[in-house]
Amino acid sequence: MAAWTDISGIRQKIADSSAEEVTASYIETIGKSKINGFTTVSDEAINAAREIDSNGHEGPLAGVPIAIKENISTKGLSTTCSSKILQGYVPPYDAHVIEKLKAAGAVILGKTNMDEFAMGTSTESSYYGPTFNPWDMDRVPGGSSGGSAAVVAAGEAPVSLGSDTGGSVRCPAAYCGVVGIKPTYGCISRYGLISYANSLEQIGPLATNVADIATIMDVVAGYDSRDSTSINRENTYSDALKDDVKGMKIGVPEEYFGEGIDENVEKAVWDSISKFEDMGATYEKVSMPHTKYALASYYIIAMSEASSNLARFDGTRYGYRADGDNWHVMASKTRAEGFGPEVKRRILLGTYALSAGYHDKYYLKALQVRTLVKQDFDRALANVDVLMAPTMPAPAFKIGEKIDDPLSLYLADVNTVPINLAGVPSISVPCGLSDGMPVGLQIIGKHFDENTIIRAAYSFEQNTDHHTRRPPEVA
Amino acid sequence: MITKEEVEHVGWLARIEIDAKESDAYAEKLNSVLDYFGQLDEVDTEGVKPTYHVADIVNVFRKDEVTESMPQEDVLANTEHKQEGNFKAPKIM
Repeated sequence: MAAWTDISGIRQKIADSSAEEVTASYIETIGKSKINGFTTVSDEAINAAREIDSNGHEGPLAGVPIAIKENISTKGLSTTCSSKILQGYVPPYDAHVIEKLKAAGAVILGKTNMDEFAMGTSTESSYYGPTFNPWDMDRVPGGSSGGSAAVVAAGEAPVSLGSDTGGSVRCPAAYCGVVGIKPTYGCISRYGLISYANSLEQIGPLATNVADIATIMDVVAGYDSRDSTSINRENTYSDALKDDVKGMKIGVPEEYFGEGIDENVEKAVWDSISKFEDMGATYEKVSMPHTKYALASYYIIAMSEASSNLARFDGTRYGYRADGDNWHVMASKTRAEGFGPEVKRRILLGTYALSAGYHDKYYLKALQVRTLVKQDFDRALANVDVLMAPTMPAPAFKIGEKIDDPLSLYLADVNTVPINLAGVPSISVPCGLSDGMPVGLQIIGKHFDENTIIRAAYSFEQNTDHHTRRPPEVA
Repeated sequence: MITKEEVEHVGWLARIEIDAKESDAYAEKLNSVLDYFGQLDEVDTEGVKPTYHVADIVNVFRKDEVTESMPQEDVLANTEHKQEGNFKAPKIM
Protein backbone atom coordinates (compact mmCIF):
# COMPACT_ATOMS: atom_id res chain seq x y z
CA MET A 1 0.00 0.00 0.00
CA ALA A 2 1.20 3.47 -0.88
CA ALA A 3 2.16 5.59 2.12
CA TRP A 4 3.76 8.91 2.97
CA THR A 5 7.17 8.56 4.54
CA ASP A 6 9.48 11.48 5.22
CA ILE A 7 13.23 11.42 4.63
CA SER A 8 14.04 10.56 8.25
CA GLY A 9 11.50 7.71 8.07
CA ILE A 10 13.11 6.44 4.86
CA ARG A 11 16.55 6.56 6.45
CA GLN A 12 15.22 4.58 9.40
CA LYS A 13 13.74 1.97 7.03
CA ILE A 14 17.08 1.73 5.22
CA ALA A 15 18.86 1.23 8.54
CA ASP A 16 16.32 -1.50 9.47
CA SER A 17 16.39 -3.22 6.06
CA SER A 18 18.33 -1.85 3.06
CA ALA A 19 18.26 0.89 0.45
CA GLU A 20 17.60 -1.82 -2.12
CA GLU A 21 14.45 -2.97 -0.30
CA VAL A 22 13.20 0.61 0.08
CA THR A 23 13.73 1.37 -3.62
CA ALA A 24 12.15 -1.95 -4.60
CA SER A 25 9.06 -1.17 -2.53
CA TYR A 26 8.63 2.19 -4.29
CA ILE A 27 9.03 0.54 -7.70
CA GLU A 28 6.37 -1.98 -6.70
CA THR A 29 4.02 0.86 -5.67
CA ILE A 30 4.65 2.70 -8.95
CA GLY A 31 3.85 -0.52 -10.83
CA LYS A 32 0.31 -0.43 -9.40
CA SER A 33 -0.18 3.29 -10.03
CA LYS A 34 -3.30 4.63 -11.71
CA ILE A 35 -2.24 8.29 -11.87
CA ASN A 36 0.28 8.24 -14.78
CA GLY A 37 2.72 10.34 -12.76
CA PHE A 38 5.90 8.57 -13.84
CA THR A 39 6.91 8.51 -17.51
CA THR A 40 9.95 6.28 -16.96
CA VAL A 41 11.15 4.21 -14.03
CA SER A 42 14.93 3.98 -14.04
CA ASP A 43 16.41 0.56 -14.79
CA GLU A 44 19.43 1.69 -12.78
CA ALA A 45 17.56 2.59 -9.57
CA ILE A 46 17.91 -0.83 -7.96
CA ASN A 47 21.61 -1.02 -8.85
CA ALA A 48 22.20 2.45 -7.46
CA ALA A 49 20.45 1.49 -4.22
CA ARG A 50 22.45 -1.76 -4.00
CA GLU A 51 25.65 0.23 -4.41
CA ILE A 52 24.64 2.58 -1.58
CA ASP A 53 24.12 -0.52 0.60
CA SER A 54 27.47 -2.05 -0.32
CA ASN A 55 29.64 1.03 0.02
CA GLY A 56 28.03 2.35 3.21
CA HIS A 57 27.37 5.79 1.72
CA GLU A 58 26.98 8.38 4.48
CA GLY A 59 25.54 11.28 2.45
CA PRO A 60 22.49 13.14 3.72
CA LEU A 61 20.29 11.35 1.17
CA ALA A 62 21.99 7.93 1.22
CA GLY A 63 19.50 5.54 -0.38
CA VAL A 64 16.64 8.07 -0.49
CA PRO A 65 14.62 7.65 -3.72
CA ILE A 66 13.75 10.81 -5.62
CA ALA A 67 11.60 11.45 -8.70
CA ILE A 68 12.80 13.92 -11.35
CA LYS A 69 10.80 16.03 -13.77
CA GLU A 70 11.07 15.10 -17.48
CA ASN A 71 12.91 18.36 -18.30
CA ILE A 72 15.91 17.84 -15.99
CA SER A 73 18.78 16.03 -17.73
CA THR A 74 19.70 12.63 -16.34
CA LYS A 75 22.66 10.85 -17.91
CA GLY A 76 21.53 7.63 -19.55
CA LEU A 77 17.88 8.17 -18.60
CA SER A 78 15.32 9.45 -21.12
CA THR A 79 14.58 13.19 -20.80
CA THR A 80 11.90 14.34 -23.23
CA CYS A 81 10.06 17.35 -21.74
CA SER A 82 7.00 15.10 -22.35
CA SER A 83 7.22 16.02 -26.04
CA LYS A 84 7.14 13.95 -29.22
CA ILE A 85 10.03 16.02 -30.57
CA LEU A 86 12.41 14.64 -27.92
CA GLN A 87 11.30 11.01 -28.11
CA GLY A 88 14.34 8.79 -27.80
CA TYR A 89 16.59 11.54 -26.43
CA VAL A 90 18.92 10.25 -23.73
CA PRO A 91 21.14 12.97 -22.22
CA PRO A 92 24.89 12.30 -22.30
CA TYR A 93 25.32 14.27 -19.06
CA ASP A 94 23.68 14.98 -15.70
CA ALA A 95 22.19 18.32 -14.71
CA HIS A 96 24.00 20.06 -11.84
CA VAL A 97 21.17 19.13 -9.44
CA ILE A 98 21.45 15.46 -10.44
CA GLU A 99 25.22 15.46 -9.81
CA LYS A 100 24.54 16.96 -6.38
CA LEU A 101 21.77 14.46 -5.57
CA LYS A 102 23.89 11.49 -6.61
CA ALA A 103 26.86 12.77 -4.57
CA ALA A 104 24.53 13.01 -1.55
CA GLY A 105 23.53 9.35 -2.07
CA ALA A 106 20.05 9.86 -3.54
CA VAL A 107 18.61 7.15 -5.80
CA ILE A 108 17.08 8.51 -9.02
CA LEU A 109 13.81 6.58 -9.13
CA GLY A 110 12.57 7.80 -12.51
CA LYS A 111 11.16 10.69 -14.52
CA THR A 112 7.84 12.42 -14.00
CA ASN A 113 5.21 13.67 -16.37
CA MET A 114 4.75 17.36 -17.19
CA ASP A 115 3.03 19.71 -19.56
CA GLU A 116 4.93 19.61 -22.83
CA PHE A 117 8.03 21.81 -22.41
CA ALA A 118 6.60 23.00 -19.05
CA MET A 119 3.99 25.09 -20.85
CA GLY A 120 0.84 24.57 -18.85
CA THR A 121 -1.04 24.48 -15.58
CA SER A 122 -2.59 21.02 -15.80
CA THR A 123 -0.15 18.36 -17.15
CA GLU A 124 -2.73 17.61 -19.83
CA SER A 125 -0.54 18.66 -22.77
CA SER A 126 1.96 15.83 -22.23
CA TYR A 127 2.76 13.50 -25.13
CA TYR A 128 2.33 10.68 -22.56
CA GLY A 129 -1.26 11.70 -21.74
CA PRO A 130 -2.50 13.47 -18.63
CA THR A 131 -1.51 12.76 -15.04
CA PHE A 132 -4.46 12.35 -12.67
CA ASN A 133 -4.83 14.05 -9.31
CA PRO A 134 -4.57 11.39 -6.57
CA TRP A 135 -7.27 13.23 -4.56
CA ASP A 136 -9.78 12.94 -7.42
CA MET A 137 -8.99 11.09 -10.62
CA ASP A 138 -11.33 13.36 -12.61
CA ARG A 139 -9.20 16.39 -11.79
CA VAL A 140 -5.85 17.70 -12.99
CA PRO A 141 -2.83 17.57 -10.67
CA GLY A 142 -1.83 21.09 -11.72
CA GLY A 143 1.22 21.83 -13.75
CA SER A 144 3.53 21.95 -15.25
CA SER A 145 5.31 19.72 -12.67
CA GLY A 146 2.09 17.71 -12.24
CA GLY A 147 3.85 14.34 -12.23
CA SER A 148 6.34 15.45 -9.59
CA ALA A 149 3.55 16.62 -7.26
CA ALA A 150 1.17 13.73 -7.91
CA VAL A 151 3.74 10.98 -7.28
CA VAL A 152 4.67 12.53 -3.93
CA ALA A 153 0.99 12.94 -2.97
CA ALA A 154 0.29 9.34 -4.02
CA GLY A 155 3.17 7.95 -1.97
CA GLU A 156 5.02 6.78 -5.10
CA ALA A 157 8.12 8.82 -4.18
CA PRO A 158 9.00 10.58 -0.93
CA VAL A 159 10.43 13.67 -2.66
CA SER A 160 10.80 15.02 -6.18
CA LEU A 161 12.24 17.84 -8.24
CA GLY A 162 10.16 20.09 -10.45
CA SER A 163 10.79 23.38 -12.19
CA ASP A 164 8.89 26.62 -11.76
CA THR A 165 8.74 29.19 -14.57
CA GLY A 166 5.42 30.81 -13.62
CA GLY A 167 4.13 28.58 -10.82
CA SER A 168 4.94 25.11 -12.12
CA VAL A 169 6.11 23.79 -8.72
CA ARG A 170 3.72 25.75 -6.49
CA CYS A 171 0.55 25.14 -8.52
CA PRO A 172 0.75 21.32 -8.53
CA ALA A 173 1.95 21.35 -4.90
CA ALA A 174 -1.22 23.30 -3.98
CA TYR A 175 -3.52 21.12 -6.12
CA CYS A 176 -2.04 17.86 -4.78
CA GLY A 177 -1.75 18.89 -1.10
CA VAL A 178 2.05 18.76 -0.83
CA VAL A 179 4.82 21.30 -0.16
CA GLY A 180 6.77 22.93 -3.01
CA ILE A 181 9.26 25.79 -3.19
CA LYS A 182 10.31 28.15 -5.99
CA PRO A 183 13.69 29.42 -4.79
CA THR A 184 15.16 32.85 -5.58
CA TYR A 185 16.33 33.21 -9.18
CA GLY A 186 20.00 32.20 -9.23
CA CYS A 187 19.78 29.97 -6.16
CA ILE A 188 19.91 26.58 -7.90
CA SER A 189 21.95 26.01 -11.06
CA ARG A 190 19.87 25.56 -14.21
CA TYR A 191 22.69 23.65 -15.91
CA GLY A 192 20.98 20.64 -17.47
CA LEU A 193 17.44 22.01 -17.07
CA ILE A 194 16.00 22.17 -20.59
CA SER A 195 15.11 25.84 -20.93
CA TYR A 196 11.62 27.18 -21.54
CA ALA A 197 11.93 30.80 -20.31
CA ASN A 198 15.33 31.11 -18.74
CA SER A 199 15.01 34.55 -17.11
CA LEU A 200 12.09 33.24 -15.05
CA GLU A 201 12.68 29.63 -14.14
CA GLN A 202 14.16 27.81 -11.18
CA ILE A 203 14.32 24.16 -10.20
CA GLY A 204 12.51 23.45 -6.92
CA PRO A 205 11.83 20.42 -4.69
CA LEU A 206 8.45 18.97 -3.70
CA ALA A 207 7.85 16.93 -0.55
CA THR A 208 5.22 15.94 2.00
CA ASN A 209 6.66 18.29 4.63
CA VAL A 210 8.78 21.41 5.05
CA ALA A 211 11.79 19.72 6.69
CA ASP A 212 12.30 17.53 3.62
CA ILE A 213 12.20 20.62 1.39
CA ALA A 214 15.03 22.15 3.46
CA THR A 215 17.03 18.90 3.32
CA ILE A 216 16.81 18.78 -0.50
CA MET A 217 17.62 22.51 -0.79
CA ASP A 218 20.77 21.95 1.31
CA VAL A 219 21.88 19.40 -1.30
CA VAL A 220 20.89 21.00 -4.61
CA ALA A 221 21.34 24.76 -4.05
CA GLY A 222 24.66 26.51 -4.53
CA TYR A 223 27.01 28.06 -7.05
CA ASP A 224 27.78 26.46 -10.40
CA SER A 225 29.99 28.21 -12.96
CA ARG A 226 28.15 26.44 -15.81
CA ASP A 227 25.04 28.57 -15.18
CA SER A 228 26.01 32.21 -15.71
CA THR A 229 23.04 33.35 -13.58
CA SER A 230 24.09 31.20 -10.62
CA ILE A 231 24.77 33.28 -7.51
CA ASN A 232 27.63 32.46 -5.17
CA ARG A 233 26.06 32.50 -1.74
CA GLU A 234 26.35 30.01 1.11
CA ASN A 235 23.25 29.08 3.08
CA THR A 236 22.03 26.23 5.28
CA TYR A 237 18.30 25.90 4.70
CA SER A 238 17.73 23.38 7.48
CA ASP A 239 18.89 26.01 10.00
CA ALA A 240 15.49 27.61 9.36
CA LEU A 241 13.51 24.66 10.75
CA LYS A 242 12.45 26.46 13.92
CA ASP A 243 8.96 26.80 15.36
CA ASP A 244 9.12 30.55 15.91
CA VAL A 245 7.26 33.35 14.16
CA LYS A 246 7.06 35.74 17.14
CA GLY A 247 7.20 39.30 15.85
CA MET A 248 7.15 38.21 12.20
CA LYS A 249 5.46 40.82 10.02
CA ILE A 250 3.15 39.44 7.34
CA GLY A 251 1.90 41.47 4.38
CA VAL A 252 -1.34 40.38 2.73
CA PRO A 253 -1.61 41.74 -0.83
CA GLU A 254 -5.29 42.44 -1.47
CA GLU A 255 -4.85 42.04 -5.24
CA TYR A 256 -4.20 38.30 -4.68
CA PHE A 257 -7.79 37.84 -3.48
CA GLY A 258 -9.30 39.16 -6.70
CA GLU A 259 -12.25 38.36 -8.88
CA GLY A 260 -13.03 34.67 -9.28
CA ILE A 261 -11.41 33.51 -6.04
CA ASP A 262 -13.02 30.41 -4.54
CA GLU A 263 -14.62 31.34 -1.21
CA ASN A 264 -13.29 28.25 0.56
CA VAL A 265 -9.78 29.11 -0.65
CA GLU A 266 -10.19 32.65 0.63
CA LYS A 267 -11.39 31.37 4.00
CA ALA A 268 -8.62 28.79 4.33
CA VAL A 269 -5.96 31.42 3.65
CA TRP A 270 -7.45 33.95 6.09
CA ASP A 271 -7.80 31.22 8.74
CA SER A 272 -4.11 30.48 8.20
CA ILE A 273 -3.19 34.13 8.66
CA SER A 274 -5.23 34.16 11.91
CA LYS A 275 -3.30 31.10 13.01
CA PHE A 276 -0.04 32.99 12.40
CA GLU A 277 -1.41 35.80 14.60
CA ASP A 278 -2.12 33.26 17.36
CA MET A 279 1.47 32.10 16.96
CA GLY A 280 2.82 35.61 17.58
CA ALA A 281 3.04 37.15 14.10
CA THR A 282 1.26 40.32 12.98
CA TYR A 283 -0.28 41.12 9.62
CA GLU A 284 -1.16 44.16 7.58
CA LYS A 285 -2.82 44.54 4.19
CA VAL A 286 -0.53 45.74 1.45
CA SER A 287 -1.23 46.89 -2.08
CA MET A 288 0.66 45.71 -5.16
CA PRO A 289 -1.05 47.76 -7.85
CA HIS A 290 0.64 46.23 -10.91
CA THR A 291 -0.43 42.67 -10.08
CA LYS A 292 -3.22 42.71 -12.68
CA TYR A 293 -0.69 43.38 -15.45
CA ALA A 294 1.75 40.68 -14.33
CA LEU A 295 0.01 37.90 -16.24
CA ALA A 296 0.23 39.60 -19.65
CA SER A 297 3.82 40.71 -18.99
CA TYR A 298 4.76 37.18 -17.90
CA TYR A 299 3.24 35.45 -20.91
CA ILE A 300 4.82 37.84 -23.42
CA ILE A 301 8.27 37.38 -21.84
CA ALA A 302 7.91 33.62 -21.42
CA MET A 303 6.71 33.09 -25.00
CA SER A 304 9.42 35.36 -26.42
CA GLU A 305 12.15 33.49 -24.55
CA ALA A 306 10.56 30.17 -25.54
CA SER A 307 10.61 31.07 -29.23
CA SER A 308 14.38 31.47 -28.95
CA ASN A 309 15.10 28.57 -26.56
CA LEU A 310 13.08 26.04 -28.51
CA ALA A 311 14.78 26.93 -31.80
CA ARG A 312 17.31 24.19 -31.04
CA PHE A 313 14.72 21.46 -31.62
CA ASP A 314 15.10 21.29 -35.38
CA GLY A 315 15.65 17.57 -36.00
CA THR A 316 19.35 17.99 -36.71
CA ARG A 317 21.12 16.68 -33.61
CA TYR A 318 18.62 14.68 -31.54
CA GLY A 319 15.02 13.64 -31.24
CA TYR A 320 12.39 13.39 -33.92
CA ARG A 321 13.25 14.19 -37.56
CA ALA A 322 10.74 14.47 -40.40
CA ASP A 323 11.70 13.96 -44.07
CA GLY A 324 12.60 16.89 -46.28
CA ASP A 325 15.12 17.36 -49.06
CA ASN A 326 16.06 20.83 -47.86
CA TRP A 327 17.01 21.73 -44.25
CA HIS A 328 14.33 24.41 -43.86
CA VAL A 329 11.60 22.06 -45.05
CA MET A 330 12.92 19.25 -42.82
CA ALA A 331 13.06 21.57 -39.77
CA SER A 332 9.61 23.11 -40.44
CA LYS A 333 8.00 19.68 -40.81
CA THR A 334 9.88 18.27 -37.81
CA ARG A 335 8.61 21.10 -35.63
CA ALA A 336 5.08 20.99 -37.06
CA GLU A 337 4.85 17.24 -36.34
CA GLY A 338 6.98 17.14 -33.17
CA PHE A 339 5.49 19.95 -31.08
CA GLY A 340 1.97 19.87 -29.62
CA PRO A 341 -0.57 22.67 -30.20
CA GLU A 342 0.14 24.75 -27.07
CA VAL A 343 3.90 24.71 -27.66
CA LYS A 344 3.37 25.81 -31.26
CA ARG A 345 1.03 28.59 -30.16
CA ARG A 346 3.56 29.90 -27.68
CA ILE A 347 6.44 29.78 -30.17
CA LEU A 348 4.31 31.58 -32.76
CA LEU A 349 3.21 34.27 -30.29
CA GLY A 350 6.78 34.71 -29.02
CA THR A 351 8.13 34.98 -32.55
CA TYR A 352 5.41 37.53 -33.35
CA ALA A 353 6.12 39.57 -30.18
CA LEU A 354 9.80 39.77 -31.10
CA SER A 355 9.32 40.44 -34.81
CA ALA A 356 9.97 43.76 -36.54
CA GLY A 357 7.14 46.22 -35.87
CA TYR A 358 5.86 44.46 -32.72
CA HIS A 359 8.98 44.25 -30.54
CA ASP A 360 8.36 47.57 -28.73
CA LYS A 361 4.59 47.10 -28.46
CA TYR A 362 4.80 43.68 -26.84
CA TYR A 363 8.25 42.56 -25.72
CA LEU A 364 9.75 45.87 -24.57
CA LYS A 365 6.46 46.89 -22.95
CA ALA A 366 6.32 43.59 -21.06
CA LEU A 367 9.88 44.09 -19.77
CA GLN A 368 8.98 47.58 -18.55
CA VAL A 369 5.88 46.26 -16.79
CA ARG A 370 8.13 43.61 -15.26
CA THR A 371 10.14 46.43 -13.67
CA LEU A 372 6.93 47.89 -12.17
CA VAL A 373 5.85 44.48 -10.83
CA LYS A 374 9.28 43.99 -9.28
CA GLN A 375 9.07 47.45 -7.68
CA ASP A 376 5.73 46.45 -6.12
CA PHE A 377 7.56 43.58 -4.39
CA ASP A 378 10.48 45.80 -3.33
CA ARG A 379 8.07 48.28 -1.76
CA ALA A 380 5.84 45.69 -0.07
CA LEU A 381 8.73 43.64 1.28
CA ALA A 382 10.53 46.73 2.63
CA ASN A 383 7.98 46.89 5.47
CA VAL A 384 7.15 43.23 6.12
CA ASP A 385 9.10 39.97 6.43
CA VAL A 386 6.89 37.84 4.18
CA LEU A 387 3.80 38.08 2.01
CA MET A 388 0.97 35.54 2.24
CA ALA A 389 -1.68 34.78 -0.36
CA PRO A 390 -3.51 31.85 -1.96
CA THR A 391 -1.17 29.89 -4.23
CA MET A 392 -4.04 29.23 -6.65
CA PRO A 393 -7.32 31.15 -6.62
CA ALA A 394 -9.35 27.91 -6.82
CA PRO A 395 -8.74 24.19 -6.26
CA ALA A 396 -7.84 21.74 -9.05
CA PHE A 397 -10.20 21.88 -12.03
CA LYS A 398 -11.61 18.96 -14.03
CA ILE A 399 -9.58 17.26 -16.75
CA GLY A 400 -10.62 18.67 -20.12
CA GLU A 401 -12.32 21.72 -18.61
CA LYS A 402 -9.86 24.34 -19.89
CA ILE A 403 -7.59 22.63 -22.39
CA ASP A 404 -9.25 24.08 -25.48
CA ASP A 405 -9.23 27.65 -24.18
CA PRO A 406 -5.61 28.74 -23.66
CA LEU A 407 -6.53 32.10 -22.11
CA SER A 408 -8.68 30.54 -19.37
CA LEU A 409 -5.73 28.28 -18.48
CA TYR A 410 -3.36 31.27 -18.35
CA LEU A 411 -5.70 33.10 -15.96
CA ALA A 412 -5.27 30.33 -13.36
CA ASP A 413 -1.63 31.49 -12.95
CA VAL A 414 -2.57 34.96 -11.72
CA ASN A 415 -1.10 34.53 -8.21
CA THR A 416 2.05 32.65 -9.15
CA VAL A 417 3.58 34.46 -12.15
CA PRO A 418 4.33 37.80 -10.43
CA ILE A 419 6.77 35.97 -8.15
CA ASN A 420 8.81 34.73 -11.14
CA LEU A 421 8.84 38.19 -12.72
CA ALA A 422 10.32 39.56 -9.47
CA GLY A 423 12.62 36.55 -8.93
CA VAL A 424 11.73 36.27 -5.23
CA PRO A 425 11.34 32.93 -3.39
CA SER A 426 7.95 31.42 -2.57
CA ILE A 427 6.77 28.24 -0.87
CA SER A 428 3.34 26.64 -1.10
CA VAL A 429 2.09 24.64 1.90
CA PRO A 430 -1.23 22.82 2.40
CA CYS A 431 -3.65 24.98 4.44
CA GLY A 432 -7.04 23.29 4.16
CA LEU A 433 -9.55 21.74 1.80
CA SER A 434 -12.23 23.11 -0.53
CA ASP A 435 -14.89 20.50 -1.33
CA GLY A 436 -12.39 17.78 -0.54
CA MET A 437 -9.58 19.23 -2.68
CA PRO A 438 -6.37 20.68 -1.19
CA VAL A 439 -5.74 24.42 -0.90
CA GLY A 440 -2.26 25.94 -0.90
CA LEU A 441 -1.00 28.88 1.15
CA GLN A 442 1.75 30.78 -0.62
CA ILE A 443 4.45 32.39 1.54
CA ILE A 444 6.62 34.81 -0.41
CA GLY A 445 9.96 36.23 0.80
CA LYS A 446 12.72 38.66 -0.06
CA HIS A 447 15.48 37.76 -2.51
CA PHE A 448 17.66 34.99 -1.01
CA ASP A 449 15.65 35.01 2.22
CA GLU A 450 14.41 31.43 1.78
CA ASN A 451 15.11 30.81 5.45
CA THR A 452 12.35 33.16 6.61
CA ILE A 453 9.68 31.55 4.40
CA ILE A 454 10.90 28.07 5.39
CA ARG A 455 10.71 29.07 9.08
CA ALA A 456 7.17 30.43 8.59
CA ALA A 457 6.08 27.30 6.70
CA TYR A 458 7.68 24.98 9.25
CA SER A 459 6.09 26.83 12.18
CA PHE A 460 2.69 26.63 10.47
CA GLU A 461 3.13 22.90 10.01
CA GLN A 462 4.09 22.41 13.67
CA ASN A 463 0.93 24.19 14.82
CA THR A 464 -1.66 22.80 12.37
CA ASP A 465 -2.63 19.43 10.92
CA HIS A 466 -3.30 20.33 7.27
CA HIS A 467 -0.12 18.60 6.10
CA THR A 468 -1.29 15.31 7.64
CA ARG A 469 -4.31 15.05 5.28
CA ARG A 470 -3.73 12.53 2.52
CA PRO A 471 -5.51 11.51 -0.64
CA PRO A 472 -7.90 8.53 -0.37
CA GLU A 473 -6.04 5.21 -0.69
CA VAL A 474 -2.81 6.68 0.70
CA ALA A 475 -1.79 5.90 4.27
CA MET B 1 -5.23 41.58 -35.10
CA ILE B 2 -3.02 38.89 -36.56
CA THR B 3 -4.17 37.77 -39.99
CA LYS B 4 -4.13 34.31 -41.52
CA GLU B 5 -1.28 35.42 -43.80
CA GLU B 6 0.72 36.76 -40.84
CA VAL B 7 0.26 33.44 -39.02
CA GLU B 8 1.75 31.63 -42.02
CA HIS B 9 4.62 34.15 -42.20
CA VAL B 10 5.39 33.86 -38.45
CA GLY B 11 5.21 30.08 -38.87
CA TRP B 12 7.91 30.34 -41.53
CA LEU B 13 10.05 32.61 -39.29
CA ALA B 14 9.69 30.07 -36.48
CA ARG B 15 10.23 27.13 -38.86
CA ILE B 16 6.88 25.57 -38.01
CA GLU B 17 4.98 24.49 -41.11
CA ILE B 18 1.40 25.73 -40.98
CA ASP B 19 -0.88 24.81 -43.83
CA ALA B 20 -3.64 27.07 -45.09
CA LYS B 21 -6.29 24.87 -43.44
CA GLU B 22 -4.81 25.38 -39.94
CA SER B 23 -3.99 29.08 -40.14
CA ASP B 24 -7.56 30.29 -39.52
CA ALA B 25 -7.83 28.31 -36.31
CA TYR B 26 -4.40 29.56 -35.17
CA ALA B 27 -5.31 33.17 -35.98
CA GLU B 28 -8.46 32.93 -33.87
CA LYS B 29 -6.71 31.51 -30.78
CA LEU B 30 -3.68 33.80 -31.10
CA ASN B 31 -5.93 36.86 -31.43
CA SER B 32 -7.76 36.12 -28.19
CA VAL B 33 -4.38 36.04 -26.40
CA LEU B 34 -3.11 39.16 -28.21
CA ASP B 35 -6.30 41.00 -27.19
CA TYR B 36 -5.51 40.15 -23.60
CA PHE B 37 -1.89 41.36 -24.03
CA GLY B 38 -3.31 44.66 -25.28
CA GLN B 39 -4.25 45.58 -21.70
CA LEU B 40 -0.60 46.53 -21.13
CA ASP B 41 -1.31 49.64 -23.23
CA GLU B 42 -3.10 51.02 -20.14
CA VAL B 43 0.14 51.06 -18.14
CA ASP B 44 2.22 54.24 -18.19
CA THR B 45 5.78 53.03 -18.78
CA GLU B 46 7.26 56.35 -19.87
CA GLY B 47 10.88 56.39 -18.67
CA VAL B 48 10.65 52.91 -17.03
CA LYS B 49 13.72 50.76 -17.66
CA PRO B 50 13.10 47.23 -18.94
CA THR B 51 14.01 44.28 -16.67
CA TYR B 52 15.67 41.52 -18.72
CA HIS B 53 16.52 39.44 -15.69
CA VAL B 54 16.52 39.96 -11.93
CA ALA B 55 19.93 38.62 -10.97
CA ASP B 56 22.27 41.42 -10.01
CA ILE B 57 24.94 40.27 -12.47
CA VAL B 58 26.33 42.12 -15.48
CA ASN B 59 29.03 40.15 -17.25
CA VAL B 60 30.25 36.74 -16.20
CA PHE B 61 33.71 35.77 -17.42
CA ARG B 62 35.87 32.73 -16.95
CA LYS B 63 39.53 32.15 -17.65
CA ASP B 64 40.27 31.20 -21.25
CA GLU B 65 41.56 27.75 -20.32
CA VAL B 66 41.13 24.50 -22.17
CA THR B 67 39.14 22.01 -20.11
CA GLU B 68 37.93 18.53 -20.86
CA SER B 69 34.92 18.42 -23.16
CA MET B 70 32.33 15.77 -23.89
CA PRO B 71 33.55 12.85 -26.03
CA GLN B 72 32.47 13.19 -29.67
CA GLU B 73 30.65 9.83 -29.66
CA ASP B 74 28.49 11.00 -26.72
CA VAL B 75 27.57 14.17 -28.58
CA LEU B 76 26.58 12.17 -31.65
CA ALA B 77 24.87 9.36 -29.74
CA ASN B 78 21.36 10.80 -30.10
CA THR B 79 21.13 10.77 -33.88
CA GLU B 80 21.33 8.27 -36.71
CA HIS B 81 22.17 11.10 -39.06
CA LYS B 82 25.94 11.40 -38.77
CA GLN B 83 29.03 10.97 -40.89
CA GLU B 84 32.75 11.13 -40.07
CA GLY B 85 32.18 12.73 -36.67
CA ASN B 86 29.68 15.29 -37.93
CA PHE B 87 25.91 15.74 -37.82
CA LYS B 88 24.41 15.14 -41.22
CA ALA B 89 21.52 17.32 -42.40
CA PRO B 90 19.83 17.98 -45.74
CA LYS B 91 21.26 20.78 -47.87
CA ILE B 92 20.49 24.22 -46.46
CA MET B 93 20.93 26.41 -49.57
